[in-house]
Amino acid sequence: MNLYKYASPTAFYSLAGKLIPWFAIPAALLFIVALYVGFFVAPTDFQQGDAYRIMFIHVPAAWMGMFLYVLMAFYAGIGWSFNARLASMMASSISITGALFTLIALVTGSLWGKPTWGAWWVWDARMTSTLILLFLYIGFISLQSAIDEPRRADRAGAVLALVGVVNVPIIYFSVQWWNTLHQGATIRILNKPTIAPPMLAAMLIMLAACWLYSVAVVLVRVRHIILEREQNVARVAAVAVY
Amino acid sequence: MNWSKFFYMGGYGFYVWGSYIAALILLGVEVLQLVNRGKTLRERNRR
Repeated sequence: MNLYKYASPTAFYSLAGKLIPWFAIPAALLFIVALYVGFFVAPTDFQQGDAYRIMFIHVPAAWMGMFLYVLMAFYAGIGWSFNARLASMMASSISITGALFTLIALVTGSLWGKPTWGAWWVWDARMTSTLILLFLYIGFISLQSAIDEPRRADRAGAVLALVGVVNVPIIYFSVQWWNTLHQGATIRILNKPTIAPPMLAAMLIMLAACWLYSVAVVLVRVRHIILEREQNVARVAAVAVY
Repeated sequence: MNWSKFFYMGGYGFYVWGSYIAALILLGVEVLQLVNRGKTLRERNRR
């Protein structure tokens, strides 16, 4: 099986169509499981009461916002370096979902901040750097929309995406580098997590659901971008199911 | 199961449900936008 053929937007269009249900359906099921575990299995926190349950959507959304930015920059860089059309299309497709998850992280963080800190917003390092991440996403999307010629738009977007990637480790380590109201990381790769297993389970299941959802919507959007940019695919799609 | 207690969330109902409703709305808008764009593109290609 020659996987390189899927670097062609025409070949990838039909593959993406076949893959979408395999990500969308498990995503919907896992969202339901995560909500069940988060609201009916995970116990009430002894310090924050039930307010901590915001964590089950806030933390996965924040992680997805950062992860998708790195992925977007990677694809944008590949598209720029190797003049790979599909990689640039993937970067464009990821940007909107990444911006959305970053916005969800900010909104839910604000709704969590009010009952725990007494403020909707504080200019601490993590919140400010996450807001900058949202601005980087908006900048990338706006820049691409502002340039009519797609390849020029891809190159301009790639420069912004690659420069902006420096913000991701700043967000991640901000709670260690600066004094902040934000709590430190409760989950580390090398250390044991400091939260109860049902809480961790709800959060990780929600993360898996968000990841599967992202793959599904990115594949749908990249098919739309392929249809808009590639006239030969548009002719095929007019008569095909996938 | 006491549902009023469940929705009250120990006094944090507005914040907890507000978070999930906001997330649902934002993700729902993305899905609807994709569905509409898909329909528009399919119609355009048929012409």
